[in-house]
Amino acid sequence: MRPILMKGHERPLTFLKYNRDGDLLFSCAKDHNPTVWFADNGERLGTYRGHNGAVWSCDVSRDSAMLITGSADQTAKIWNVKTGTPVYTFNFDSPTRSVDLAVGDKLAVITTDPFMGLTSAIHIKQIARDPDDQIGESVLTLKGPQGRINRAVWGPLNRTIISAGEDSVVRIWDSETGKLLKESDKEDGHKKPITSLSKSTDGSHFLTGSLDKSAKLWDIRTLALIKTYVTERPVNAVAMSPLLNHVVLGGGQDASAVTTTDHRAGKFEAKFYDKILTEEIGGVKGHFGPINALAFNPDGRSFASGGEDGYVRLHHFDPDYFNIKI
Amino acid sequence: MAEVMSMDDIRATAARLNVDLTSLDLDSIRIPPDEDLGIVSDDEDLKDEDSLEFEEGFGNIIVVDNLPVVVKEKFEKLEGVVRKIYSQIGLIKEDGLWMPVDPDTQKTLGYCFIEYNTSQEAELAKEKTNGYKLDRSHIFAVSMFDDIEKFLKVPEEWAPPERKPYAPGENLQKWLTDEKARDQFVIRAGSDTEVLWNDARQSKPDPVYKRSYWTESFVQWSPLGTYLATVHRQGAAVWGGATTFNRLMRYAHPQVKLIDFSPGERFLVTYSSHEPSNPRDTHRVVINIFDVRTGKVMRDFKGSADEFAVGGTGGVSGISWPVFRWSGGKEDKYFARIGKNVVSVYETETFTLIDKKSIKVENVMDFSWSPTDPILALFVPELGGGNQPARVSLVQIPGKEELRQKNLFSVSDCKMYWQSNGEYLAVKVDRYTKTKKSTYTGFELFRIKERDIPIEVLELENKNDKIIAFAWEPKGHRFAIIHGDNPRPDVSFYSMRSGTNTGRFSKLTTLKGKQANALFWSPGGRFVILAGLKGFNGQLEFYNVDELETMAQAEHFMATDVEWDPTGRYVVTAVTSVHEMENGFNVWSFNGKLLYRILKDHFFQFLWRPRPPSFLSAEKEDEIAKNLKRYSKKYEAEDQDVSMLLSEQDREKRKMLKEEWERYISEWKRLHEEEKLERQNLRDGEASDEEEEYEAKEVEIEELLDVSEEVISFD
Repeated sequence: MRPILMKGHERPLTFLKYNRDGDLLFSCAKDHNPTVWFADNGERLGTYRGHNGAVWSCDVSRDSAMLITGSADQTAKIWNVKTGTPVYTFNFDSPTRSVDLAVGDKLAVITTDPFMGLTSAIHIKQIARDPDDQIGESVLTLKGPQGRINRAVWGPLNRTIISAGEDSVVRIWDSETGKLLKESDKEDGHKKPITSLSKSTDGSHFLTGSLDKSAKLWDIRTLALIKTYVTERPVNAVAMSPLLNHVVLGGGQDASAVTTTDHRAGKFEAKFYDKILTEEIGGVKGHFGPINALAFNPDGRSFASGGEDGYVRLHHFDPDYFNIKI
Repeated sequence: MAEVMSMDDIRATAARLNVDLTSLDLDSIRIPPDEDLGIVSDDEDLKDEDSLEFEEGFGNIIVVDNLPVVVKEKFEKLEGVVRKIYSQIGLIKEDGLWMPVDPDTQKTLGYCFIEYNTSQEAELAKEKTNGYKLDRSHIFAVSMFDDIEKFLKVPEEWAPPERKPYAPGENLQKWLTDEKARDQFVIRAGSDTEVLWNDARQSKPDPVYKRSYWTESFVQWSPLGTYLATVHRQGAAVWGGATTFNRLMRYAHPQVKLIDFSPGERFLVTYSSHEPSNPRDTHRVVINIFDVRTGKVMRDFKGSADEFAVGGTGGVSGISWPVFRWSGGKEDKYFARIGKNVVSVYETETFTLIDKKSIKVENVMDFSWSPTDPILALFVPELGGGNQPARVSLVQIPGKEELRQKNLFSVSDCKMYWQSNGEYLAVKVDRYTKTKKSTYTGFELFRIKERDIPIEVLELENKNDKIIAFAWEPKGHRFAIIHGDNPRPDVSFYSMRSGTNTGRFSKLTTLKGKQANALFWSPGGRFVILAGLKGFNGQLEFYNVDELETMAQAEHFMATDVEWDPTGRYVVTAVTSVHEMENGFNVWSFNGKLLYRILKDHFFQFLWRPRPPSFLSAEKEDEIAKNLKRYSKKYEAEDQDVSMLLSEQDREKRKMLKEEWERYISEWKRLHEEEKLERQNLRDGEASDEEEEYEAKEVEIEELLDVSEEVISFD
């Protein structure tokens, strides 16, 4: 089927997120306005105005009532999904990079970048049911990794936090005590900064994408390396199909080099791999800049990609897709 | 190579001595300084390097002997004379001239030391003034200071050299006897250089030997594939064998830049150019010719870059490489170089000029050897503003008699292409049009092996077509030309035979509008790849010239290189590090089927190991060709076995991976189930776990293919 091109952002996309029901798609971009779309037909539903910097990531609560966003304006904001009004603002001393809500939506993990002499940090915040009770204090703050932490997500039962970033190491932290529990070892792990991390639907394993031109699949509890997917270009975004054993990798060469080369040279395709056999099965072309964000609809029948070119492309799979055999 | 104890030996020794190996921290053991305990160090090369540098410390000093012995009063005069002579050659260091004086007699001792800024200057001074006649009784004897030690060591009496027992070497051509008849290739990527088998049946390369920092700039196979040459700061080295790649010989040549083997791999030519101490001077060029097997310098050439730049164009700072071109054939009998108005032909028996003099050819521009016979083709451009026509002449060596000459008018440039058997020579001639504003191109085709060497002229149908590429079919009678204008030039095929008449060329076909700018014939002939490199982004067309049909079309995006394997069975297209992305290579079958693809960052070089010509007699080859079916049966059976085995292995592997994955899944499911209650609590009792809602269901879809309505009359 022809993809639906969604042009609502003026700057490169940074993050995409479906709600649990799969009817809404939230997009973040370097322009300051996170946007929500109908996931079925790509119609724009509204924007969330209030940030004053690039928005790096977002997460939506299980009941699709609350949205949390992290931005380079050194804040993370909680929004009312329906009305589009900001409900609460967490202020930090440096840009916030990644946000993720815990199971139960009572906790959120927020990472901040190294900035003006401050090191990067992982903050755990309590999210109140009633916005009036919301407080800004962190429950716990984790520090240690060098460089930016590009993504931090919750482990099973909110007991752990998994972080990955520029130092190319995946770490598992205890979310109660803040102790470092596990680290990916140098041999197996990525060789260059990790750009993206995506959990499976059941939260049992996760996929990391790195500039070392590979993506790796890990067990979330033991941090055992399960699979490695090798590609030909730096990986900026990863996603796993909830329905079939497929993973999608997106990326491309550096944005700074894009204008000087042929569009095919950039490898701006979203590449599909067989999750078990780690073999490439296909690709979806279209973007004319690197792919920065990927997300699967929870029903596994469509996926969205967001590019440096400012477009979100919404792809509904053809029936053939579900019959792929290799 | 150092002898290395195997791990088993170590374990056995440890058991004997009652040492528990596991409790041993090998890193903590310190060997006493200055004591190697008989352990040969891996980096013996490093030591060699050190001593070399030490030698260079005095390399810039020369000793001048046979000076007049003078009294104190005349000392300054003599010193002035010597200084005058030697400062012409190079810059003498401050206090760099020292003439010792006998303390008893106050007379000079008849020799002096001169220290230059560089060793090159010192060497030049030695060369120029050794044997210099100051007067009748004083003829300078100049030597390098470094050599003094060597002279001192010369024993007074001659002793017969020690006889070394003969140690049988490795069979250097063992790789040819590979059971699976595979070919080897070498690749250089990043800091690693690797030799691999091309295992096309298994669709992957099979590693043979790998080494980091093997070479400092590039590697090169010798023309028959016996040696692999590496280039280093101190010189070149050759390595050989089927799998071992031991170092066979080293050739000292500081700062060597380029190397070239003679076609029969008997000799190795090395080249370096050195920055002059005076920036106004031209670069100094040093060329050595080594015997490959003994490592002895057979002849060296030194001079300014200008001397070696005449006639040639392009190349390294005005020098066209190779400077010395070798005559064809396995014997490596002659080599030649071009100079101002001369072509100098040397023979390898004595390494001197044939008949002690060069061939005089006014204004000679270019020359080339026949690949098989000692025949030189020379090109001389127009002289005297067109009064004297340009010409191409064929000269027989060593007799130097002219076999054939062709005069050509209003010529702007010529290029010569030999067919690989030396049967034909094609000369591409660019001529001026009448207005002299533009040029057009034609070909002169020489039949070397026929009586009187007949010449035919080939002109393209459209005279104004630009020639983009020309290539002979190896060992064949056909050639291909890419002509016309970018972006869609035409490709034409010609044969030197036409029907029953073997004495006339004919056109076979023209393919219109091809995205190609380079031609690559299979070494066995018959097949050719039309490649669109660079601007065409790596378009490939595999063409069968016997049937005049395209076998396959493909693309290797951004490809920069195309290399046929020596047997013509496989072909490799590569993207080297001139591009940032996509570095690596593809291996194709001769008919354009992609076999496998390897990606390597910073990919510099891909080279097939050449094979020597077949040892079989012509009759035997004919016999094999005739009974090919019988011979190939065996290989086909093998092929089938391998492919069966492969698919079996593949299935096994997939099954294993699937099972492994299932294990993970069931483990996760179990854990997930265990945690279900806790998760519900976290969600304030909300029960549904999302994953259960999205189970894959099989859905039956009924499609209506045809609906027809029929009116049935009611009665």
